[in-house]
Amino acid sequence: MKIAVCVSNVPDTATKIKISQDGKSIETSGVTYIINPYDEFAIEEALRTKEKFGGDSLTYSITIGDDSSKETIRKILALGIDEAILLKPDKNLDSLNIAKALANEIQSLGCEIVFFGKQSVDYDSGIVGQLTAGLLNFNCITVVVDLKIEGNKVIAEREIEGGREVVESELPIVITTQKGLNEPRYASLKGIMAAKKKTILEKTLNTDVNSVEVIEMNLPPSKQPGRIVGTDVSAIPELVRLLREEAKVI
Amino acid sequence: MVEKILAVLEQRDGQLKKVSFEVIALANRISRELSSDCECLVIGNEISNISELKNYFNNKIVHLKNSYLNFYSPSAYSKIISDYINQNQFTIIIFPNTALGLDLAPRVAIKTSCGIATDITKVEIKDKELIFTKPVYAGKSFINLKINSEKKLFTIRPNIFKVEKIENSQAYIEEINVTDVDLTTKVIEYKKTDGKLDVAEADIIVSGGRGMKGPENFYLLEQLAEVLGAAVGASRAVVDAGWRPHREQVGQTGKTVSPTLYIACGISGAIQHLAGMSSSKYIVAINKDKDAPIFNIADYGIVGDVFEILPAFIEEVKKIKS
Repeated sequence: MKIAVCVSNVPDTATKIKISQDGKSIETSGVTYIINPYDEFAIEEALRTKEKFGGDSLTYSITIGDDSSKETIRKILALGIDEAILLKPDKNLDSLNIAKALANEIQSLGCEIVFFGKQSVDYDSGIVGQLTAGLLNFNCITVVVDLKIEGNKVIAEREIEGGREVVESELPIVITTQKGLNEPRYASLKGIMAAKKKTILEKTLNTDVNSVEVIEMNLPPSKQPGRIVGTDVSAIPELVRLLREEAKVI
Repeated sequence: MVEKILAVLEQRDGQLKKVSFEVIALANRISRELSSDCECLVIGNEISNISELKNYFNNKIVHLKNSYLNFYSPSAYSKIISDYINQNQFTIIIFPNTALGLDLAPRVAIKTSCGIATDITKVEIKDKELIFTKPVYAGKSFINLKINSEKKLFTIRPNIFKVEKIENSQAYIEEINVTDVDLTTKVIEYKKTDGKLDVAEADIIVSGGRGMKGPENFYLLEQLAEVLGAAVGASRAVVDAGWRPHREQVGQTGKTVSPTLYIACGISGAIQHLAGMSSSKYIVAINKDKDAPIFNIADYGIVGDVFEILPAFIEEVKKIKS
């Protein structure tokens, strides 16, 4: 079984965002990059799926980025992914172009199970997995918190508002992962050493025109701190009055 | 180019969701400003409140029916909607940015050759062109964008767009029985979370952090939530500690929420948490540390002990509600 996991290299969630000079993206100097938090569950599930299928199963990670992504890719390899692929685009890509590049790569690798994090925490679009599945004509289950693959059959639970849906499908499939699916492992020392010796396969991408065009990026309007209503229970009647009469929210 | 708009609605258990009316209101506005035709579409079997749509919409309401379609099926839904879009040549398609909408919209975008943007919080029309705003980095910044493809599809965040009633509606419902249903991928069971309101859908959220000191104290937040008709939320720290389930987590690796009122109890306000809730309309913070960052964005703050404040808060709300 060939298993792929698509991993984004994203700014650490503790990053304070500044807008860059082009006015359309974030200032990246001084920003630490990490494995997209939701992709950690995807990597772990790819490794577990390989362990389960055994035999000559192989795991591939695919990342889109430039040379600065390599540090993140070494971390993916250190966790036990067999082969890492870095696709280097000719420009910033929108979700659809990202999905096209990933779909091409997945198809040429011949993978039948593909994992994504449910969204990357930079652009928060949450659609690249589904778009990739659509392009490949694979089945797809998103926001998965429980997964069973038996032979060709897939049963997953996905998180929705106010509950979970149990979804039945079959291979080939794209799964997008949500926190709660598994407990991601830590890299072992042996894994870290082995990752240093592995070759990252690099490919250059020539992409179509993006359909989504970013016009500008802005910071949210800064909010004025409100008022401190009090320091003990005596403030409660006033707080409730404000919520009722001034804010009119209760 | 003549645009044609389709609003895709969502039902659960045979009931249209509130966000469906928000999608319709936006579709109406775009249709007015571009002077273009507009339809709305819903998939399901029996939908009890479908006639209510006539108070909010003035045109064709398409109800695609099949007894298998009460439960969601990504393969069936995406094919049925895409076929309808392709046959009727819609150019602007709007979905709700819900679990279902976000699952479904990208598949439809592929089958209909639409450019796609998600989680839109604002739509402006300049010179007949749609300009979208979308939060990125969990709301730490926003981008304005255009979709340059001929056909455009986007999803809108719930609780942002205003619902508007219309008078003297000419709306009519057309039922179409769907026969070709591809159930390769289908929901076989829905497990409801014991009747609790979801933070993503709640108008009021009562949220707790480390300052709650332990899972055993969250009953205070549950009581306050109950009297306010609110959902209980949590910070990442308490979810990671196993005090609360992940579905309640608000913030960059949890849910981004925009309720009318957000009450943060014992939450100091890490940057990832603030990103996920700072677009709430009103924010109340209760924390004993007067320097906690949460006070920088709170409209009303109480610097004090949550264990003293909360019981009094609950009693006071009960008093005014009775």
